[in-house]
Amino acid sequence: MSGATHTPAAAQTTTFGNAGALRIVMMVVILGLLLAAPFFLYPIFVMKLLCFALFAAAFNLLLGYTGFLSFGHATFFGGASYFTAYTVKEWGVSPEIGILIGVVGAAALGLVMGLIAIRRQGIYFAMITLALSQMFFFYCVQSGWTKGEDGIQSVPRGHLFGLIDLSNTTNMYYFVLAVFLIGVAIIYRFVNSPFGMILKSIRENEQRTVSLGYAVDRYKLGAFVMSAALAGLAGGLKSLVFGFATLTDVTWQMSGEVILMTLLGGIGTMIGPVVGAGIIVTLQNELATSDFPVTIITGLVFMACVLLFRRGLVGEFYASRLGRKLGFRPEQ
Amino acid sequence: MQAMPVTLQDQPRVVLSARGLGKDFSGFTAVNSVDLDVEHARIHALIGPNGAGKTTVFNLLTKFLPPTRGKIMLLDQDITNVKADKIARMGLVRSFQISAVFPHLTVLENVRVALQRPSGLATQFWLPLSSLDRLNGRAEELIADLGLTQYRDTRATDLSYGRKRVLEIATTLALDPKVLLLDEPMAGMGGEDVAVVAGIISEVAKTRAVLMVEHNLSVVADICHHVTVLQRGEILATGDYATVSQNPAVRTAYMGTED
Repeated sequence: MSGATHTPAAAQTTTFGNAGALRIVMMVVILGLLLAAPFFLYPIFVMKLLCFALFAAAFNLLLGYTGFLSFGHATFFGGASYFTAYTVKEWGVSPEIGILIGVVGAAALGLVMGLIAIRRQGIYFAMITLALSQMFFFYCVQSGWTKGEDGIQSVPRGHLFGLIDLSNTTNMYYFVLAVFLIGVAIIYRFVNSPFGMILKSIRENEQRTVSLGYAVDRYKLGAFVMSAALAGLAGGLKSLVFGFATLTDVTWQMSGEVILMTLLGGIGTMIGPVVGAGIIVTLQNELATSDFPVTIITGLVFMACVLLFRRGLVGEFYASRLGRKLGFRPEQ
Repeated sequence: MQAMPVTLQDQPRVVLSARGLGKDFSGFTAVNSVDLDVEHARIHALIGPNGAGKTTVFNLLTKFLPPTRGKIMLLDQDITNVKADKIARMGLVRSFQISAVFPHLTVLENVRVALQRPSGLATQFWLPLSSLDRLNGRAEELIADLGLTQYRDTRATDLSYGRKRVLEIATTLALDPKVLLLDEPMAGMGGEDVAVVAGIISEVAKTRAVLMVEHNLSVVADICHHVTVLQRGEILATGDYATVSQNPAVRTAYMGTED
């Protein structure tokens, strides 16, 4: 074999350790801030933020790591919030069981939608998921148990494991934080696992992966169901935070919002969707009381994102000079 | 994985065969009535001018395209209606004309991806990546066999073209295929690389069947036991290189000489 020896590996290891250390420091700082947040910020706001951050991270699991752009993730988020709200209020199950039912329900919806949509790619995949989620929306409008336009109201938060009173805001906050961290940990593990390795190889070269004997559709379906289940975890949690489940969470606008959050923060990065969700939720909160329409601002943010920083905020940071110097590598 | 018989006979015997294979693309017949017998421990070359349907035949044999007509047998099993990934699991593994590596994975990871499924380490989404380390030994062996050891941690995209093709062969061999289909393994390679890859192919063909599409006729003459010439989707001639190269129809169609 001829040609110059090209081994960037040695150079990378030193800078890579740098990024690894920086990541740990960042994580500790973020964790500290999250633990202290309810003492400085309105806890309900932070809880809402965490729910959407988890939702966006779940969405990114699909878009960022398999390349599938789903336009129907509101079905899983909103569907789970209905399931959790209904079972907690009407059946009187404890909150953790209610959330579990929401997750299982969202996973089941994900399985059905995935089986139908996964064979198509790109815009066709997006359109099929949009169509199916619109069907689910109309089901939620029409069916009795979701209470139509009113939604399921005054859902009690109940007692966690029958012990901890979640109507106490501080208790609820730390419960939400714990669920959020568990959700993010699951995503991290999923992406960095033997299964995640196959997903990565499918994204890199699908035909080759088939020729190595992998039934790629099953792996894609697995990722889709996992993403749906985690979106459901976020949705179920949100219904307990606010004590209601309404049509807002199953609309196509909600599907669009999570796409915006993920793009804004940075596709394919662990922290990007969290940052994106933080910005969008904050904007919505700040502008909710002003006369200026929020939709115009989010529209402008979206345009700026597409035109100026396509990798998203975190993605651009990783790709920037400073980011590279610190040893981050931009996602391809 | 099926266990290999203990008495592995390295004598030629037909392991992959096609009868009357044909493919139509909305009216256009790309491949027509192709009969092919690929033998164990033999290298079989598929040659022919551009557009002769060589790659289509590959796609049909590996089920990346469904055949319109005909029958395909692999090790006495009818695989005409079996899916592509299943065929790979049955031991018929292909490479692609355009180099098929996973560009942003390292050389080691490329080979390891192929090892994951046979080792039952592909669906675990709850295990850490370090659980794959137990495949490193086997992957390193394969990498060493093909002389890529010093590039173990280099990303595939940073390899030279020739080494990418070698990596591809290493990845394919990780599956220990019974039949290996190589689509232009030497296309675009420099002379030195060609010799290396030709040597590798000859070596691996000692214990398995190889069917390869190749334009480099000196390589075909050197290492292939059997040659089939395709033209406009049909077989023009078949036999050993000496016979085929003397065939006037082949000389006209393929070599472009008309004397």
